[in-house]
Amino acid sequence: MALGRRNAAGRRAGGTDSDSLLQDGPRQAPGTDPSRSFLEARDLRIHFPTDDGLVKAVDGLSFTLERGKTLGIVGESGSGKSVTSLGILGLHRKAHAKVSGEIWLGGDELISASDEEVRRLRGKRMAMIFQDPLSALHPYYTIGHQIIEAYRVHNKASKKAARAHAIAMLAKVGIPRPDSRVDDYPHQFSGGMRQRAMIAMALSCDPDLLIADEPTTALDVTVQAQILELIQTLQAEFDSAVIMITHDLGVVAEMADDILVMYAGRAVEYGTIGDIFHRPEHPYTWGLLKSMPRLDRDREERLVPIHGTPPSLINRPSGCAFHPRCAFGERNGDLSRTVVPELAEAAPGHWVACHLDPDERRAIRVEQLRLGS
Amino acid sequence: MVVFAIFFLLPRIVGQTPEGMAQRYVGRDSSPEAIEATVKRLHLDDSIPTQYGRFVKAIFFGDDYSLGPQKAHCPAPCLGFSFNNNQPVWNEITRRLPVTASLALGAAVIWLISGVTTGVISALRRGSVFDRSSMSVALAGVSLPIYFTGLVALTVLSYKWGWFPGGGTYVSIVDNPAKWAYALVLPWVTLSFLYAAQYARFTRAGMLETMGEDYVRTARAKGLPERTVVTKHALRAAITPIVTIFGLDLGLLLGGAVLTESTFSLPGLGKLVIDGIRNNDLPVVLGVTTFAALFIVIANLLVDIVYAMLDPKVRT
Repeated sequence: MALGRRNAAGRRAGGTDSDSLLQDGPRQAPGTDPSRSFLEARDLRIHFPTDDGLVKAVDGLSFTLERGKTLGIVGESGSGKSVTSLGILGLHRKAHAKVSGEIWLGGDELISASDEEVRRLRGKRMAMIFQDPLSALHPYYTIGHQIIEAYRVHNKASKKAARAHAIAMLAKVGIPRPDSRVDDYPHQFSGGMRQRAMIAMALSCDPDLLIADEPTTALDVTVQAQILELIQTLQAEFDSAVIMITHDLGVVAEMADDILVMYAGRAVEYGTIGDIFHRPEHPYTWGLLKSMPRLDRDREERLVPIHGTPPSLINRPSGCAFHPRCAFGERNGDLSRTVVPELAEAAPGHWVACHLDPDERRAIRVEQLRLGS
Repeated sequence: MVVFAIFFLLPRIVGQTPEGMAQRYVGRDSSPEAIEATVKRLHLDDSIPTQYGRFVKAIFFGDDYSLGPQKAHCPAPCLGFSFNNNQPVWNEITRRLPVTASLALGAAVIWLISGVTTGVISALRRGSVFDRSSMSVALAGVSLPIYFTGLVALTVLSYKWGWFPGGGTYVSIVDNPAKWAYALVLPWVTLSFLYAAQYARFTRAGMLETMGEDYVRTARAKGLPERTVVTKHALRAAITPIVTIFGLDLGLLLGGAVLTESTFSLPGLGKLVIDGIRNNDLPVVLGVTTFAALFIVIANLLVDIVYAMLDPKVRT
């Protein structure tokens, strides 16, 4: 459904090959020529030195994203999803965080760029929607003021023109009577309206990359669907690349083209939506899928939680960070406990970081998920 | 309401007998008859509600007092006559208010600018040398009383080095603005040091809080320059409670900066009330206190109005 609408909408992508990419087709491997992908992160590391030790919030993350496509980043709390998104925007203060690696956005490398250069890109070429729109909007300024401010910092526009633009953006995100609501304060908006206003603000400068950090977590379920649909519609209209950060697999199933599963700051599995949902390779992904209620399954089937808690990012478990919680970690002796598994291509475009023997893994998967494919 | 309650309760707290008060008025060596006559003349023997009624009525409509043989009319905002010099208390207050206002407003400008600036810089450079040293100075500022810092400033800067005039050299701004400012430099600095220290601490704490707020992150994510993020987003939110405190502090000071005025011998309201207490001059004490209470009430009202302007959530 989502893909159909996206394809139907006019694209202005020039030179990218995103149109030819099929949803489940072969995709580009991370770590190839940066000129090919619109957004590319290579070996991204974000470490926070603290009094208790070095917090490795993101530790060697690579991914690519094309215009018009959506990447879902999935993981538990503390897996480094939000840290990654803030890292792309350059919102980690240099005094507090050590950021290394490369992030390429349409030919510009962001990590080596100066603060001022990144600031100019922020809001204009890459924008972000935050989790809780009530706390993410300034309580003392009107919605209009905040959109106008975002627009005028990157565009030379008169106050009047910027205001007209803000009203047009509010209309676009489906806020009724935008010409009067533009002067309302955030607390006068409902939760869903606030998130719509937040989206209007993020899209006011027509960014190429939109990062949505759990955009629906703070909203009612009925409103959630509306907001997700709105993001999809606007993504098609603006032909932007979207990174959807969530712990809700239902959201990524609806939205994403590719999925990156994160665990303890590293990618454990990375592939297309079909790879992750139909051919998952990593035991952690199996756990996520088994703990998610599904409409297409027997209702009698029990949801299985993943036992244990997410690991400390200061003292990561040795070897595979997931091994203390993994039911199959013992199958290859000490390997999982001692050696960090590298992300390896299990199938073209489908990457997984697991020590299990591929054939054995597939056998367990069939048994675990009772999937035919 | 509060104002009325205060000047109703105050004489009760002071606990003067009618005779005692009359004796203050007549003089030490007075006959019981003279005291008796004065008590009658000043209506000190009336019941408390009656006296209170007279007092309130005098404030709005004025009052007539028989001072010895002649009658004296005390026009509308009448707070009675000083026991000491028979002058209407109201005249004394209006004469001294400019002194206190000069002191309070001047100091307010200094402490607001220096305190908030220091607090903002401290918060932005948390843990830096500037932060640590300014917060140590601020701690000293909050802890040291004015009569200490004031006296040290007077001793060193005025008497020893002669940079500034000593106490009791106040001139009205109308007569000589330069001299007025020169005489007030030390009182301003001393008084604002105390408040600047408090405001620096408030501002620092507030800024540390708001800089971590989601909306500040949003402001950065929009690509606003850091200066705009700090001033228009973080400081804008942190300043609201400070404005509230500022209004109350200023209202309090306008009713008399007792310690500063005493230390620097400034003829302001604070000095007036201190002298009044020293001389057992009840009408003066009562008058100044009432006046000061009025300022505090007005300040509270203004703060509420300003707060509603600053915080849209209060408005609706």
